[in-house]
Parts: sequence; C-alpha cells; structure tokens
Amino acid sequence: MSRRAEQLLEIADDELILGWRDSEWTGIAPTLEEDVAFSSIAQNEIGHARALYELASRDLGTTADALAFDRSPEEYRSAPLVELRRLDWARTIARHWLYETADELRLSELKSSDDAELAGLAAKMDREEVYHRMHAQMWADRLRGDERFEAALDELWPYALGVLAPEQRPAFADRVGREQVDAVERGEHSDELRELWNEMTMVRRSIPGATW
Amino acid sequence: MIFEVFRQERRGQAFAHAGSIDAPDLEFAEAWAREQYGRRQESEALWVVPREAVREVHDFPDELSKTYHRVDGYSLKAKLKEARERAQTAESAGALSADG
Repeated sequence: MSRRAEQLLEIADDELILGWRDSEWTGIAPTLEEDVAFSSIAQNEIGHARALYELASRDLGTTADALAFDRSPEEYRSAPLVELRRLDWARTIARHWLYETADELRLSELKSSDDAELAGLAAKMDREEVYHRMHAQMWADRLRGDERFEAALDELWPYALGVLAPEQRPAFADRVGREQVDAVERGEHSDELRELWNEMTMVRRSIPGATW
Repeated sequence: MIFEVFRQERRGQAFAHAGSIDAPDLEFAEAWAREQYGRRQESEALWVVPREAVREVHDFPDELSKTYHRVDGYSLKAKLKEARERAQTAESAGALSADG
C-alpha cells in the first residue's frame, strides 16, 4: 500500500470511528441544543471519512463502502484515542478538544502538500473543522479547571499524541501546553473497537454484496 | 439564558424568527444556532439575539372602530377611478394645447 493510501486510511478511520463514538451522544447529550450540535459534528466527521475513503478507494481499486465496512477490525488504522468508549461528558469534551487540535495540525500540513487532490480535500475539510474547533474550544474554556475535565485531559493525553506522526508531536504539545510523554500508538486495537465494529458493520454483513 | 434566532433564507430577504435557544452565553448560542439553523445550507445569515434585548409590545386598542386605519376599511376604487379620469382629461387637454 502506498504511503498516500495509508495516510488517507489513517485519517478516514479516525474520522469514521470518532464520528461513530460522538453519535453515541445523540438523544442523551447534556442539553437539547448540544445534542443537535454534537450530532451534526458527528455527521460531518463521517462525511469527511467518506470523502477520504473515496480518494483512497481509487488508489486501492475498491470502493469507499468496502473500505469503511468490509475490513476486519484488525485492519483499521484508527488511533486508540478515537476508539475509546467513554460516555462521560468531561472525557468526551477532552477527547474532542485534543483531537480537533491535533487534526488542525495534521490538516494544515496536508493543505500544503504537493499532492493537489489531497491538499484540495484537506482545505475543504478544514473549512468545516473550523467550526468543530470553535465548538471544542468554547467547551474546553468552560470546563477548564474542572476536576473531572482536567483528569480526563491527563488520562487522554498519551492517546492524543498517538493521533499524529512523531514529528508533529512537539508542535502539538506546545499548542496544548503539555509535556510530551510516551504515546499510545496506532496498531493495537481494544475490544471496544471490536464491539463498535460488530455494531457498525452488522447491517452490511447481514446481506453481503447487497446494494442499498 | 434564552436567545432568539432569526434566519435569512436568501440574500436580501427579511429575517424571520426561526426559534429559541437556551445557552449559557452568546458564544454557545452562536455555535448551537449555527448547527441548528445553518447546517443544511438553509440560511444565508442568522441573527442571534438575547431575549432580553427584544421588547415585546402588546395591546393595540381600537375602541372607536376606526376602520379607515385598515386597508379593508377604506375603499380606494371609486377614488382611483376618478383620479384616472382626471389624469386622462388633463392629458388630452395637454395634447390639445401642444397642438395649438
């Protein structure tokens, strides 16, 4: 697999799995307004995943749906940060804020890539991510100093570092005002991802090859 | 805090009330209004206004039934017809004098 396809799949898997996790708040978010907003953000992430899978599928001679749903859990390249099942608002916001901050660094590098297709898609995604960052930042500002939120940041920081390539981590640590620690790297998947995968691919596996 | 959201559907159109949002401050209200009323490209622009900033006005008494304040209480038909006729007369008078 080309480095480009690998990179596309890493980001696409991050966005798909995080979109899925975020959508677990639909119907039970802290307020009605936040429920709508967070669900909308989750949909955006899945939309980004689709666009990235489409680009990757052309390189790999397959389809976006096949990439999203027909691989085994072990083949996903998502970062452990997005796989964690944490139905707790402080942790959800801590993850959201850390992920969006990391994603901004990742996208800004892709936007200046020599690969025009990749750069173009990154620019498009970034125009939506601006509002995700705004949303994450206002929540982080509001929860800053809260004991549960600070504990969640400490807990998730090693996972967040694993979202980015090692060379991007110093800038990330600088941005969030933390020391670099050993990252929880991509590659190993938790049982939580397997559970998610079971649920996410259930319909598609029920009738293999069906068109919807 | 309650915020009232007004939505403009197309550039140049009037803003119409879209709904209300319960948010802790204007920043949250903006983010939530954006997702609630803008994510489907249904809006050109939004106004997000603290409800306190809105002065609600009630009671418009019309004790003496002044129907002439209302469009349906004042027939313009006859008056308009008369004015048209007068204008025509003036026009032909003008034409005559120009000929002369």
